[in-house]
Amino acid sequence: MASKEELKGIASQVRRDIIRMVSMAGSGHPGGSMSSTDFMTALYFNVMDQTPETWTRDGKGQDVFILSAGHLAPVLYAVLARRGYFPAAELGSLRKYGSRLQGHPSVQKNLPGVHQAAGSLGQGLSCAAGVALAKKLDKDDKKVYVLCGDGESEEGQIWEAGIFAAHHKLDNLIAFTDWNGQQIDGKVEDVGGLGDLQAKWEAFGWKTIVTDGHDFDAILAAFEEAGKSEGKPVMILFRSEMGHGVDFMAGTHKWHGKAPNQEQVEEAMKQLDETMGDF
Amino acid sequence: MKKYTDSGKIDTRSGFGAGLLEAGKQDSRVVALTADLQGSVKMGDFAAAFPDRYFECGIGEANMVGVAAGMALAGKIPFAGSFAEFITGRVYDQIRQEVSYGNTNVKLASSHAGVTLGEDGATHQTMEDIALMRALPGMVVINPCDFNQTKNATIAAAKYNGAVYLRFGRPKWPNFTDPDEPFEIGKAYVMNEGKDVTIFATGHLVWEALGAAQALEAEGICAEVIDIATIKPLDTMTVINSIRKTRCAVVAEEHNVCGGLGELIAGVLATRCPTPLEFINGGDRFGQSGTPSELLAAYGLDSAHIVEAAKKVLDRKN
Repeated sequence: MASKEELKGIASQVRRDIIRMVSMAGSGHPGGSMSSTDFMTALYFNVMDQTPETWTRDGKGQDVFILSAGHLAPVLYAVLARRGYFPAAELGSLRKYGSRLQGHPSVQKNLPGVHQAAGSLGQGLSCAAGVALAKKLDKDDKKVYVLCGDGESEEGQIWEAGIFAAHHKLDNLIAFTDWNGQQIDGKVEDVGGLGDLQAKWEAFGWKTIVTDGHDFDAILAAFEEAGKSEGKPVMILFRSEMGHGVDFMAGTHKWHGKAPNQEQVEEAMKQLDETMGDF
Repeated sequence: MKKYTDSGKIDTRSGFGAGLLEAGKQDSRVVALTADLQGSVKMGDFAAAFPDRYFECGIGEANMVGVAAGMALAGKIPFAGSFAEFITGRVYDQIRQEVSYGNTNVKLASSHAGVTLGEDGATHQTMEDIALMRALPGMVVINPCDFNQTKNATIAAAKYNGAVYLRFGRPKWPNFTDPDEPFEIGKAYVMNEGKDVTIFATGHLVWEALGAAQALEAEGICAEVIDIATIKPLDTMTVINSIRKTRCAVVAEEHNVCGGLGELIAGVLATRCPTPLEFINGGDRFGQSGTPSELLAAYGLDSAHIVEAAKKVLDRKN
Protein backbone atom coordinates (compact mmCIF):
# COMPACT_ATOMS: atom_id res chain seq x y z
CA MET A 1 0.00 0.00 0.00
CA ALA A 2 1.35 3.35 -1.01
CA SER A 3 0.58 6.47 1.01
CA LYS A 4 -1.25 9.32 -0.66
CA GLU A 5 2.02 11.22 -0.98
CA GLU A 6 3.70 8.19 -2.52
CA LEU A 7 0.85 7.78 -5.00
CA LYS A 8 1.24 11.42 -6.04
CA GLY A 9 4.93 10.84 -6.59
CA ILE A 10 4.35 7.71 -8.65
CA ALA A 11 1.72 9.47 -10.74
CA SER A 12 4.12 12.30 -11.44
CA GLN A 13 6.71 9.81 -12.67
CA VAL A 14 4.07 8.01 -14.75
CA ARG A 15 3.13 11.28 -16.46
CA ARG A 16 6.81 11.96 -17.18
CA ASP A 17 7.04 8.46 -18.66
CA ILE A 18 3.94 8.97 -20.82
CA ILE A 19 5.23 12.21 -22.30
CA ARG A 20 8.73 10.86 -22.93
CA MET A 21 7.46 7.55 -24.39
CA VAL A 22 5.10 9.22 -26.79
CA SER A 23 7.67 11.81 -27.77
CA MET A 24 10.29 9.13 -28.46
CA ALA A 25 7.77 7.18 -30.50
CA GLY A 26 6.85 10.29 -32.46
CA SER A 27 3.16 9.42 -32.13
CA GLY A 28 0.65 8.18 -29.60
CA HIS A 29 -2.00 9.38 -27.21
CA PRO A 30 -0.75 11.37 -24.23
CA GLY A 31 -3.92 13.34 -23.36
CA GLY A 32 -6.20 10.57 -22.11
CA SER A 33 -3.27 8.72 -20.59
CA MET A 34 -2.55 11.78 -18.45
CA SER A 35 -6.19 12.22 -17.42
CA SER A 36 -6.27 8.54 -16.40
CA THR A 37 -2.92 8.50 -14.60
CA ASP A 38 -4.11 9.11 -11.05
CA PHE A 39 -6.80 6.44 -10.88
CA MET A 40 -4.69 3.94 -12.83
CA THR A 41 -1.85 4.51 -10.37
CA ALA A 42 -4.20 4.06 -7.41
CA LEU A 43 -5.68 0.92 -8.97
CA TYR A 44 -2.36 -0.83 -9.51
CA PHE A 45 -0.58 0.31 -6.36
CA ASN A 46 -3.37 0.27 -3.78
CA VAL A 47 -6.53 -1.36 -5.03
CA MET A 48 -6.04 -4.49 -7.11
CA ASP A 49 -5.20 -7.87 -5.68
CA GLN A 50 -2.68 -8.67 -8.39
CA THR A 51 1.10 -8.66 -8.40
CA PRO A 52 3.75 -8.89 -11.11
CA GLU A 53 4.93 -12.15 -9.54
CA THR A 54 1.54 -13.88 -9.58
CA TRP A 55 0.06 -12.37 -12.74
CA THR A 56 -1.36 -14.82 -15.29
CA ARG A 57 -3.44 -14.10 -18.34
CA ASP A 58 -6.39 -16.10 -17.05
CA GLY A 59 -6.35 -14.07 -13.82
CA LYS A 60 -7.64 -16.96 -11.72
CA GLY A 61 -7.79 -16.13 -8.03
CA GLN A 62 -6.73 -12.54 -8.56
CA ASP A 63 -8.18 -9.24 -9.70
CA VAL A 64 -8.11 -8.53 -13.44
CA PHE A 65 -7.81 -5.25 -15.33
CA ILE A 66 -9.00 -4.89 -18.91
CA LEU A 67 -8.28 -1.74 -20.90
CA SER A 68 -11.21 -0.96 -23.17
CA ALA A 69 -9.97 2.38 -24.53
CA GLY A 70 -6.87 0.85 -26.10
CA HIS A 71 -5.27 4.14 -27.09
CA LEU A 72 -4.61 4.69 -23.38
CA ALA A 73 -1.79 2.15 -23.77
CA PRO A 74 0.89 4.64 -22.60
CA VAL A 75 -0.59 4.99 -19.11
CA LEU A 76 -1.13 1.23 -18.83
CA TYR A 77 2.44 0.47 -19.89
CA ALA A 78 3.95 3.12 -17.62
CA VAL A 79 1.94 2.00 -14.58
CA LEU A 80 2.75 -1.66 -15.25
CA ALA A 81 6.45 -0.89 -15.59
CA ARG A 82 6.53 1.24 -12.45
CA ARG A 83 4.68 -1.50 -10.57
CA GLY A 84 7.36 -3.99 -11.68
CA TYR A 85 5.66 -6.05 -14.39
CA PHE A 86 8.55 -5.39 -16.77
CA PRO A 87 11.63 -3.14 -16.76
CA ALA A 88 10.94 0.57 -17.07
CA ALA A 89 13.73 0.73 -19.67
CA GLU A 90 11.37 -1.07 -22.05
CA LEU A 91 9.04 1.95 -22.07
CA GLY A 92 11.35 3.58 -24.60
CA SER A 93 10.42 0.92 -27.14
CA LEU A 94 6.77 2.04 -27.41
CA ARG A 95 5.51 1.74 -30.99
CA LYS A 96 8.90 0.57 -32.28
CA TYR A 97 9.38 -2.43 -34.54
CA GLY A 98 9.67 -5.66 -32.57
CA SER A 99 8.51 -4.08 -29.30
CA ARG A 100 6.20 -5.77 -26.82
CA LEU A 101 4.73 -2.29 -26.34
CA GLN A 102 2.57 -2.17 -29.43
CA GLY A 103 0.82 1.07 -30.33
CA HIS A 104 -2.30 -0.46 -28.82
CA PRO A 105 -2.18 -3.34 -26.33
CA SER A 106 -1.55 -6.78 -27.79
CA VAL A 107 -1.39 -10.26 -26.32
CA GLN A 108 0.62 -11.53 -29.26
CA LYS A 109 3.92 -10.58 -27.67
CA ASN A 110 3.15 -11.77 -24.14
CA LEU A 111 3.67 -8.47 -22.35
CA PRO A 112 3.06 -9.25 -18.65
CA GLY A 113 0.00 -7.49 -17.28
CA VAL A 114 -1.93 -7.33 -20.55
CA HIS A 115 -4.92 -9.67 -20.56
CA GLN A 116 -6.48 -8.68 -23.86
CA ALA A 117 -5.93 -6.75 -27.07
CA ALA A 118 -7.62 -3.36 -27.36
CA GLY A 119 -7.71 -0.52 -29.84
CA SER A 120 -10.95 -0.89 -31.73
CA LEU A 121 -13.21 0.89 -29.29
CA GLY A 122 -16.20 -0.28 -27.31
CA GLN A 123 -15.17 -3.89 -26.87
CA GLY A 124 -13.30 -4.16 -23.59
CA LEU A 125 -16.36 -3.75 -21.39
CA SER A 126 -17.89 -6.87 -22.96
CA CYS A 127 -14.64 -8.78 -22.49
CA ALA A 128 -14.43 -7.69 -18.86
CA ALA A 129 -18.04 -8.81 -18.37
CA GLY A 130 -17.01 -12.20 -19.73
CA VAL A 131 -14.14 -12.47 -17.26
CA ALA A 132 -16.49 -11.42 -14.46
CA LEU A 133 -19.00 -14.06 -15.53
CA ALA A 134 -16.28 -16.73 -15.59
CA LYS A 135 -15.25 -15.70 -12.08
CA LYS A 136 -18.84 -16.06 -10.87
CA LEU A 137 -18.95 -19.52 -12.41
CA ASP A 138 -15.68 -20.47 -10.72
CA LYS A 139 -16.81 -18.99 -7.38
CA ASP A 140 -13.73 -16.77 -7.56
CA ASP A 141 -14.57 -13.68 -5.51
CA LYS A 142 -11.96 -11.42 -7.07
CA LYS A 143 -12.91 -8.34 -9.09
CA VAL A 144 -12.66 -7.32 -12.71
CA TYR A 145 -11.76 -3.70 -13.46
CA VAL A 146 -12.14 -2.05 -16.83
CA LEU A 147 -11.29 1.44 -18.09
CA CYS A 148 -13.49 3.08 -20.72
CA GLY A 149 -13.28 6.48 -22.32
CA ASP A 150 -16.19 8.91 -22.38
CA GLY A 151 -15.81 9.35 -26.14
CA GLU A 152 -15.63 5.57 -26.40
CA SER A 153 -19.04 5.41 -24.76
CA GLU A 154 -20.53 6.60 -28.05
CA GLU A 155 -20.00 3.03 -29.27
CA GLY A 156 -23.20 0.99 -29.21
CA GLN A 157 -21.48 -2.09 -27.87
CA ILE A 158 -20.74 -0.28 -24.60
CA TRP A 159 -24.47 -0.17 -23.99
CA GLU A 160 -25.01 -3.76 -25.07
CA ALA A 161 -22.46 -4.66 -22.41
CA GLY A 162 -24.29 -2.38 -20.01
CA ILE A 163 -27.53 -4.32 -20.49
CA PHE A 164 -25.74 -7.66 -20.27
CA ALA A 165 -23.76 -6.98 -17.09
CA ALA A 166 -26.79 -5.64 -15.24
CA HIS A 167 -28.98 -8.52 -16.45
CA HIS A 168 -26.46 -11.05 -15.16
CA LYS A 169 -25.94 -9.08 -11.91
CA LEU A 170 -22.18 -8.86 -12.36
CA ASP A 171 -21.43 -7.05 -9.11
CA ASN A 172 -17.80 -8.18 -9.39
CA LEU A 173 -17.41 -5.92 -12.44
CA ILE A 174 -16.07 -2.45 -11.68
CA ALA A 175 -15.92 -0.23 -14.73
CA PHE A 176 -14.55 3.27 -14.63
CA THR A 177 -14.71 6.03 -17.19
CA ASP A 178 -12.10 8.67 -17.84
CA TRP A 179 -14.68 11.44 -18.06
CA ASN A 180 -12.42 14.13 -19.48
CA GLY A 181 -15.00 15.51 -21.88
CA GLN A 182 -12.66 15.43 -24.88
CA GLN A 183 -12.31 13.26 -27.96
CA ILE A 184 -10.30 13.51 -31.17
CA ASP A 185 -12.52 15.96 -33.01
CA GLY A 186 -13.29 18.19 -30.05
CA LYS A 187 -15.36 18.29 -26.90
CA VAL A 188 -17.56 15.24 -26.37
CA GLU A 189 -20.58 17.51 -26.00
CA ASP A 190 -19.88 18.95 -29.47
CA VAL A 191 -19.04 15.66 -31.20
CA GLY A 192 -21.35 13.00 -29.84
CA GLY A 193 -23.00 14.48 -26.75
CA LEU A 194 -23.57 11.87 -24.09
CA GLY A 195 -25.81 14.02 -21.92
CA ASP A 196 -26.12 12.88 -18.34
CA LEU A 197 -23.76 9.93 -18.30
CA GLN A 198 -24.54 9.08 -14.69
CA ALA A 199 -28.29 8.99 -15.36
CA LYS A 200 -27.67 6.76 -18.37
CA TRP A 201 -25.73 4.19 -16.35
CA GLU A 202 -28.26 4.36 -13.51
CA ALA A 203 -31.03 3.73 -16.03
CA PHE A 204 -29.11 0.72 -17.29
CA GLY A 205 -29.24 -0.72 -13.79
CA TRP A 206 -25.70 -0.02 -12.66
CA LYS A 207 -24.49 1.38 -9.37
CA THR A 208 -22.78 4.66 -10.19
CA ILE A 209 -20.22 6.79 -8.43
CA VAL A 210 -19.13 10.20 -9.66
CA THR A 211 -15.98 11.62 -8.23
CA ASP A 212 -12.82 13.65 -8.80
CA GLY A 213 -10.39 11.62 -10.86
CA HIS A 214 -7.39 13.65 -9.70
CA ASP A 215 -7.92 13.43 -5.92
CA PHE A 216 -6.44 10.28 -4.41
CA ASP A 217 -8.72 10.34 -1.37
CA ALA A 218 -11.74 10.48 -3.66
CA ILE A 219 -10.33 7.83 -6.02
CA LEU A 220 -9.56 5.35 -3.24
CA ALA A 221 -12.93 5.95 -1.59
CA ALA A 222 -14.69 5.35 -4.92
CA PHE A 223 -12.91 2.05 -5.51
CA GLU A 224 -13.66 0.98 -1.94
CA GLU A 225 -17.33 1.79 -2.29
CA ALA A 226 -17.45 0.06 -5.68
CA GLY A 227 -16.08 -3.11 -4.15
CA LYS A 228 -19.10 -3.35 -1.84
CA SER A 229 -21.74 -3.46 -4.56
CA GLU A 230 -24.27 -6.25 -4.29
CA GLY A 231 -26.24 -7.40 -7.29
CA LYS A 232 -25.19 -4.56 -9.59
CA PRO A 233 -22.14 -3.83 -11.72
CA VAL A 234 -20.47 -0.53 -10.89
CA MET A 235 -19.55 2.42 -13.07
CA ILE A 236 -17.23 4.99 -11.54
CA LEU A 237 -17.27 8.21 -13.52
CA PHE A 238 -13.98 9.94 -12.82
CA ARG A 239 -14.24 13.61 -13.65
CA SER A 240 -10.86 14.35 -15.14
CA GLU A 241 -8.88 16.71 -17.31
CA MET A 242 -7.24 15.65 -20.55
CA GLY A 243 -3.50 16.28 -20.39
CA HIS A 244 -3.67 16.83 -16.61
CA GLY A 245 -0.39 17.77 -14.94
CA VAL A 246 1.14 19.91 -17.67
CA ASP A 247 -0.37 23.36 -18.14
CA PHE A 248 -0.09 23.64 -21.92
CA MET A 249 -1.51 20.16 -22.47
CA ALA A 250 -4.40 20.37 -20.03
CA GLY A 251 -8.06 20.59 -20.90
CA THR A 252 -7.90 20.37 -24.68
CA HIS A 253 -8.60 17.66 -27.23
CA LYS A 254 -5.55 18.84 -29.15
CA TRP A 255 -3.39 16.52 -27.05
CA HIS A 256 -5.58 13.48 -27.55
CA GLY A 257 -3.31 11.93 -30.12
CA LYS A 258 -0.26 14.12 -30.64
CA ALA A 259 3.35 13.63 -29.63
CA PRO A 260 5.11 16.56 -27.93
CA ASN A 261 8.31 17.82 -29.51
CA GLN A 262 11.63 18.08 -27.65
CA GLU A 263 11.05 21.63 -26.50
CA GLN A 264 7.59 20.74 -25.21
CA VAL A 265 8.97 17.69 -23.41
CA GLU A 266 11.54 19.85 -21.66
CA GLU A 267 8.87 22.32 -20.62
CA ALA A 268 6.62 19.48 -19.38
CA MET A 269 9.44 17.89 -17.38
CA LYS A 270 9.82 21.14 -15.40
CA GLN A 271 6.23 20.70 -14.24
CA LEU A 272 6.47 17.03 -13.20
CA ASP A 273 8.78 15.73 -10.47
CA GLU A 274 11.09 12.88 -11.33
CA THR A 275 10.40 10.60 -8.37
CA MET A 276 11.46 7.12 -9.51
CA GLY A 277 14.20 7.86 -12.01
CA ASP A 278 13.44 8.35 -15.70
CA PHE A 279 13.82 5.29 -17.90
CA MET B 1 -18.70 -46.54 -56.11
CA LYS B 2 -18.88 -46.59 -52.34
CA LYS B 3 -22.49 -46.66 -51.16
CA TYR B 4 -23.76 -44.07 -48.74
CA THR B 5 -27.12 -44.49 -47.08
CA ASP B 6 -29.14 -41.65 -45.66
CA SER B 7 -30.08 -42.77 -42.15
CA GLY B 8 -32.81 -40.14 -42.03
CA LYS B 9 -32.86 -36.47 -42.91
CA ILE B 10 -31.87 -34.21 -40.05
CA ASP B 11 -30.44 -30.70 -39.85
CA THR B 12 -26.73 -30.17 -39.30
CA ARG B 13 -27.54 -27.58 -36.62
CA SER B 14 -29.03 -30.42 -34.59
CA GLY B 15 -25.70 -32.18 -35.00
CA PHE B 16 -24.13 -29.12 -33.42
CA GLY B 17 -26.64 -29.26 -30.56
CA ALA B 18 -25.89 -32.93 -29.95
CA GLY B 19 -22.15 -32.31 -30.12
CA LEU B 20 -22.36 -29.36 -27.76
CA LEU B 21 -24.21 -31.46 -25.20
CA GLU B 22 -21.57 -34.19 -25.48
CA ALA B 23 -18.70 -31.68 -25.27
CA GLY B 24 -20.37 -30.22 -22.19
CA LYS B 25 -20.46 -33.63 -20.57
CA GLN B 26 -16.82 -34.26 -21.39
CA ASP B 27 -15.47 -30.93 -20.15
CA SER B 28 -16.96 -28.68 -17.49
CA ARG B 29 -15.14 -25.68 -18.96
CA VAL B 30 -17.47 -25.74 -21.97
CA VAL B 31 -20.05 -22.92 -21.81
CA ALA B 32 -22.63 -21.77 -24.36
CA LEU B 33 -23.84 -18.30 -25.27
CA THR B 34 -26.47 -17.16 -27.68
CA ALA B 35 -28.11 -13.92 -28.72
CA ASP B 36 -31.81 -14.79 -28.44
CA LEU B 37 -31.59 -17.79 -30.77
CA GLN B 38 -31.37 -20.75 -28.41
CA GLY B 39 -33.88 -22.83 -30.37
CA SER B 40 -32.54 -21.92 -33.79
CA VAL B 41 -28.95 -22.81 -32.96
CA LYS B 42 -30.05 -25.88 -30.99
CA MET B 43 -28.57 -25.01 -27.63
CA GLY B 44 -31.67 -26.16 -25.77
CA ASP B 45 -30.36 -29.56 -24.67
CA PHE B 46 -27.13 -28.05 -23.40
CA ALA B 47 -29.06 -25.33 -21.57
CA ALA B 48 -31.31 -27.92 -19.93
CA ALA B 49 -28.39 -30.15 -18.92
CA PHE B 50 -26.09 -27.34 -17.77
CA PRO B 51 -28.25 -24.32 -16.89
CA ASP B 52 -25.42 -22.65 -14.97
CA ARG B 53 -23.12 -22.85 -18.01
CA TYR B 54 -25.60 -21.44 -20.49
CA PHE B 55 -25.82 -17.67 -20.98
CA GLU B 56 -28.45 -15.72 -22.83
CA CYS B 57 -26.94 -12.52 -24.20
CA GLY B 58 -30.06 -10.94 -25.64
CA ILE B 59 -29.98 -9.44 -29.11
CA GLY B 60 -26.45 -8.10 -28.87
CA GLU B 61 -24.04 -10.18 -30.90
CA ALA B 62 -21.13 -7.76 -30.59
CA ASN B 63 -21.30 -7.93 -26.83
CA MET B 64 -21.70 -11.71 -26.98
CA VAL B 65 -18.43 -12.13 -28.87
CA GLY B 66 -16.64 -9.91 -26.35
CA VAL B 67 -18.13 -11.81 -23.41
CA ALA B 68 -17.09 -15.09 -25.01
CA ALA B 69 -13.53 -13.78 -25.40
CA GLY B 70 -13.46 -12.72 -21.75
CA MET B 71 -14.72 -16.11 -20.61
CA ALA B 72 -12.15 -17.82 -22.82
CA LEU B 73 -9.22 -15.83 -21.52
CA ALA B 74 -10.41 -16.68 -18.00
CA GLY B 75 -10.19 -20.38 -18.86
CA LYS B 76 -13.62 -21.33 -20.21
CA ILE B 77 -14.36 -22.89 -23.60
CA PRO B 78 -17.22 -20.77 -24.91
CA PHE B 79 -19.40 -21.62 -27.89
CA ALA B 80 -21.08 -18.41 -29.08
CA GLY B 81 -23.92 -19.18 -31.45
CA SER B 82 -26.10 -17.26 -33.87
CA PHE B 83 -27.10 -17.19 -37.52
CA ALA B 84 -24.06 -17.28 -39.81
CA GLU B 85 -24.50 -13.68 -40.90
CA PHE B 86 -24.83 -12.36 -37.36
CA ILE B 87 -21.84 -14.29 -36.00
CA THR B 88 -19.54 -13.16 -38.84
CA GLY B 89 -20.41 -10.05 -40.84
CA ARG B 90 -22.18 -8.27 -38.02
CA VAL B 91 -19.33 -8.81 -35.58
CA TYR B 92 -16.27 -9.04 -37.80
CA ASP B 93 -14.26 -6.42 -35.97
CA GLN B 94 -15.12 -7.96 -32.60
CA ILE B 95 -13.97 -11.37 -33.81
CA ARG B 96 -10.84 -9.89 -35.30
CA GLN B 97 -9.73 -8.05 -32.16
CA GLU B 98 -11.16 -10.11 -29.30
CA VAL B 99 -10.88 -13.62 -30.74
CA SER B 100 -8.34 -13.77 -33.55
CA TYR B 101 -5.80 -11.09 -32.64
CA GLY B 102 -6.76 -11.52 -28.99
CA ASN B 103 -5.86 -15.20 -29.29
CA THR B 104 -8.82 -16.48 -27.28
CA ASN B 105 -10.22 -20.00 -27.31
CA VAL B 106 -13.65 -19.03 -28.65
CA LYS B 107 -15.83 -21.28 -30.82
CA LEU B 108 -18.11 -19.39 -33.19
CA ALA B 109 -21.15 -21.57 -33.81
CA SER B 110 -22.62 -20.47 -37.10
CA SER B 111 -26.03 -21.76 -38.06
CA HIS B 112 -28.28 -21.15 -41.07
CA ALA B 113 -25.34 -20.64 -43.44
CA GLY B 114 -25.91 -20.41 -47.19
CA VAL B 115 -29.00 -20.25 -49.38
CA THR B 116 -30.39 -23.49 -47.93
CA LEU B 117 -31.59 -21.40 -45.00
CA GLY B 118 -34.47 -20.92 -47.38
CA GLU B 119 -37.49 -18.71 -46.88
CA ASP B 120 -35.99 -15.95 -44.72
CA GLY B 121 -34.21 -14.51 -47.73
CA ALA B 122 -30.91 -12.78 -48.35
CA THR B 123 -30.59 -10.75 -45.13
CA HIS B 124 -30.15 -14.05 -43.30
CA GLN B 125 -28.51 -16.17 -46.01
CA THR B 126 -24.85 -15.35 -45.81
CA MET B 127 -22.64 -16.74 -48.55
CA GLU B 128 -19.70 -14.52 -47.64
CA ASP B 129 -18.82 -15.95 -44.24
CA ILE B 130 -16.13 -18.41 -45.29
CA ALA B 131 -14.24 -15.62 -47.04
CA LEU B 132 -14.46 -13.40 -43.97
CA MET B 133 -13.36 -16.08 -41.52
CA ARG B 134 -10.64 -17.49 -43.77
CA ALA B 135 -8.98 -14.09 -43.85
CA LEU B 136 -8.43 -13.99 -40.10
CA PRO B 137 -4.95 -15.14 -39.02
CA GLY B 138 -5.11 -18.41 -37.10
CA MET B 139 -8.85 -18.96 -37.47
CA VAL B 140 -9.83 -22.60 -38.02
CA VAL B 141 -12.78 -22.88 -40.43
CA ILE B 142 -14.88 -26.04 -40.34
CA ASN B 143 -17.89 -26.75 -42.56
CA PRO B 144 -19.16 -30.28 -41.91
CA CYS B 145 -21.45 -32.11 -44.30
CA ASP B 146 -24.14 -33.81 -42.21
CA PHE B 147 -25.53 -34.32 -38.72
CA ASN B 148 -23.00 -36.96 -37.66
CA GLN B 149 -20.00 -35.03 -38.89
CA THR B 150 -21.24 -31.78 -37.37
CA LYS B 151 -21.72 -33.49 -34.01
CA ASN B 152 -18.22 -34.94 -34.09
CA ALA B 153 -16.71 -31.70 -35.38
CA THR B 154 -18.29 -29.85 -32.45
CA ILE B 155 -16.69 -32.27 -30.00
CA ALA B 156 -13.35 -31.87 -31.79
CA ALA B 157 -13.66 -28.07 -31.74
CA ALA B 158 -14.14 -28.13 -27.97
CA LYS B 159 -10.96 -30.16 -27.55
CA TYR B 160 -8.93 -27.94 -29.88
CA ASN B 161 -7.19 -25.03 -28.16
CA GLY B 162 -7.81 -22.01 -30.37
CA ALA B 163 -10.41 -20.01 -32.25
CA VAL B 164 -12.76 -22.04 -34.43
CA TYR B 165 -15.45 -21.02 -36.90
CA LEU B 166 -17.93 -23.89 -37.13
CA ARG B 167 -20.44 -23.55 -39.97
CA PHE B 168 -23.66 -25.51 -40.29
CA GLY B 169 -27.15 -25.16 -41.66
CA ARG B 170 -30.87 -25.15 -41.18
CA PRO B 171 -32.49 -27.61 -43.62
CA LYS B 172 -33.19 -31.25 -42.93
CA TRP B 173 -30.43 -32.97 -44.84
CA PRO B 174 -29.31 -36.55 -45.53
CA ASN B 175 -27.24 -38.04 -42.71
CA PHE B 176 -24.74 -40.48 -44.16
CA THR B 177 -21.31 -40.33 -42.53
CA ASP B 178 -20.13 -42.78 -39.88
CA PRO B 179 -21.46 -41.59 -36.50
CA ASP B 180 -18.51 -43.20 -34.74
CA GLU B 181 -15.73 -41.65 -36.81
CA PRO B 182 -14.00 -39.03 -34.66
CA PHE B 183 -13.57 -35.72 -36.45
CA GLU B 184 -10.04 -34.71 -37.23
CA ILE B 185 -9.54 -30.96 -37.68
CA GLY B 186 -7.51 -30.31 -40.82
CA LYS B 187 -8.32 -33.61 -42.50
CA ALA B 188 -10.09 -33.91 -45.84
CA TYR B 189 -12.17 -37.07 -46.08
CA VAL B 190 -11.99 -39.14 -49.25
CA MET B 191 -15.61 -40.24 -49.60
CA ASN B 192 -15.18 -42.08 -52.87
CA GLU B 193 -12.06 -43.05 -54.74
CA GLY B 194 -12.00 -42.29 -58.43
CA LYS B 195 -9.55 -41.74 -61.26
CA ASP B 196 -11.14 -39.44 -63.85
CA VAL B 197 -12.11 -36.28 -62.01
CA THR B 198 -12.07 -35.04 -58.40
CA ILE B 199 -15.03 -33.31 -56.83
CA PHE B 200 -14.01 -31.28 -53.81
CA ALA B 201 -17.09 -30.36 -51.84
CA THR B 202 -17.87 -28.83 -48.49
CA GLY B 203 -20.93 -28.71 -46.23
CA HIS B 204 -24.31 -29.64 -47.67
CA LEU B 205 -22.81 -29.99 -51.13
CA VAL B 206 -20.89 -33.16 -50.20
CA TRP B 207 -24.19 -35.05 -50.52
CA GLU B 208 -24.81 -33.36 -53.88
CA ALA B 209 -21.29 -34.34 -54.95
CA LEU B 210 -21.94 -37.98 -54.06
CA GLY B 211 -25.15 -37.85 -56.09
CA ALA B 212 -23.20 -36.38 -58.99
CA ALA B 213 -20.55 -39.12 -58.73
CA GLN B 214 -23.26 -41.75 -58.92
CA ALA B 215 -24.73 -40.15 -62.03
CA LEU B 216 -21.28 -39.89 -63.60
CA GLU B 217 -20.60 -43.53 -62.82
CA ALA B 218 -23.66 -44.48 -64.89
CA GLU B 219 -21.93 -42.75 -67.79
CA GLY B 220 -18.66 -44.55 -67.19
CA ILE B 221 -16.92 -41.66 -65.44
CA CYS B 222 -15.19 -42.50 -62.20
CA ALA B 223 -15.26 -39.47 -59.90
CA GLU B 224 -13.28 -39.08 -56.69
CA VAL B 225 -15.29 -37.23 -54.02
CA ILE B 226 -13.46 -35.43 -51.26
CA ASP B 227 -15.21 -33.83 -48.31
CA ILE B 228 -13.31 -30.68 -47.38
CA ALA B 229 -14.73 -30.55 -43.86
CA THR B 230 -11.96 -28.25 -42.66
CA ILE B 231 -11.46 -25.34 -45.02
CA LYS B 232 -8.68 -23.81 -42.93
CA PRO B 233 -6.16 -25.29 -42.45
CA LEU B 234 -6.65 -27.03 -45.78
CA ASP B 235 -5.47 -30.63 -46.12
CA THR B 236 -3.27 -29.74 -49.08
CA MET B 237 -1.64 -33.17 -49.27
CA THR B 238 -4.96 -34.92 -49.81
CA VAL B 239 -5.95 -32.30 -52.39
CA ILE B 240 -2.69 -32.61 -54.31
CA ASN B 241 -2.56 -36.41 -54.12
CA SER B 242 -6.01 -36.62 -55.63
CA ILE B 243 -5.18 -34.13 -58.39
CA ARG B 244 -2.01 -36.04 -59.30
CA LYS B 245 -4.32 -38.97 -60.00
CA THR B 246 -7.31 -37.29 -61.69
CA ARG B 247 -5.64 -34.17 -63.16
CA CYS B 248 -8.88 -32.15 -63.08
CA ALA B 249 -11.45 -31.11 -60.51
CA VAL B 250 -14.72 -29.46 -59.63
CA VAL B 251 -14.93 -27.44 -56.42
CA ALA B 252 -18.42 -27.18 -54.93
CA GLU B 253 -19.56 -24.93 -52.12
CA GLU B 254 -22.63 -23.11 -50.91
CA HIS B 255 -20.85 -19.77 -50.86
CA ASN B 256 -20.05 -16.69 -52.89
CA VAL B 257 -17.43 -17.12 -55.62
CA CYS B 258 -15.19 -14.65 -53.80
CA GLY B 259 -12.93 -16.00 -51.12
CA GLY B 260 -14.42 -19.44 -50.71
CA LEU B 261 -13.15 -22.98 -51.12
CA GLY B 262 -12.89 -22.65 -54.90
CA GLU B 263 -10.40 -19.79 -54.78
CA LEU B 264 -8.56 -21.50 -51.97
CA ILE B 265 -8.02 -24.74 -53.92
CA ALA B 266 -7.25 -22.83 -57.10
CA GLY B 267 -4.59 -20.91 -55.20
CA VAL B 268 -2.98 -24.06 -53.84
CA LEU B 269 -3.02 -25.81 -57.20
CA ALA B 270 -1.74 -22.76 -59.09
CA THR B 271 1.52 -22.94 -57.19
CA ARG B 272 1.80 -26.71 -56.76
CA CYS B 273 0.28 -28.34 -59.85
CA PRO B 274 -1.79 -26.18 -62.22
CA THR B 275 -4.95 -28.07 -63.06
CA PRO B 276 -8.17 -27.51 -65.05
CA LEU B 277 -10.88 -26.56 -62.55
CA GLU B 278 -14.58 -25.81 -62.63
CA PHE B 279 -16.46 -24.11 -59.84
CA ILE B 280 -19.85 -24.66 -58.29
CA ASN B 281 -20.83 -21.75 -56.06
CA GLY B 282 -23.47 -19.07 -55.60
CA GLY B 283 -21.70 -16.63 -57.89
CA ASP B 284 -21.32 -13.03 -56.83
CA ARG B 285 -24.92 -12.69 -55.76
CA PHE B 286 -27.24 -12.49 -52.80
CA GLY B 287 -29.70 -15.25 -52.03
CA GLN B 288 -33.48 -14.91 -52.00
CA SER B 289 -36.56 -16.55 -50.53
CA GLY B 290 -37.49 -20.05 -51.61
CA THR B 291 -37.27 -23.64 -50.48
CA PRO B 292 -33.78 -25.08 -50.03
CA SER B 293 -34.16 -27.39 -53.05
CA GLU B 294 -35.50 -24.60 -55.25
CA LEU B 295 -32.59 -22.40 -54.28
CA LEU B 296 -29.96 -25.12 -54.74
CA ALA B 297 -31.19 -25.59 -58.30
CA ALA B 298 -31.61 -21.90 -59.03
CA TYR B 299 -28.13 -21.05 -57.82
CA GLY B 300 -26.58 -23.97 -59.68
CA LEU B 301 -25.52 -25.87 -56.57
CA ASP B 302 -27.23 -29.24 -56.99
CA SER B 303 -25.89 -32.54 -58.24
CA ALA B 304 -27.11 -31.93 -61.80
CA HIS B 305 -24.92 -28.82 -62.04
CA ILE B 306 -21.97 -30.70 -60.53
CA VAL B 307 -22.36 -33.41 -63.21
CA GLU B 308 -22.27 -30.76 -65.96
CA ALA B 309 -19.22 -29.10 -64.44
CA ALA B 310 -17.43 -32.44 -64.16
CA LYS B 311 -18.03 -33.21 -67.84
CA LYS B 312 -16.87 -29.75 -68.82
CA VAL B 313 -13.63 -30.03 -66.88
CA LEU B 314 -13.03 -33.53 -68.26
CA ASP B 315 -13.32 -32.10 -71.76
CA ARG B 316 -10.79 -29.45 -70.90
CA LYS B 317 -8.39 -32.03 -69.50
CA ASN B 318 -8.58 -34.27 -72.54
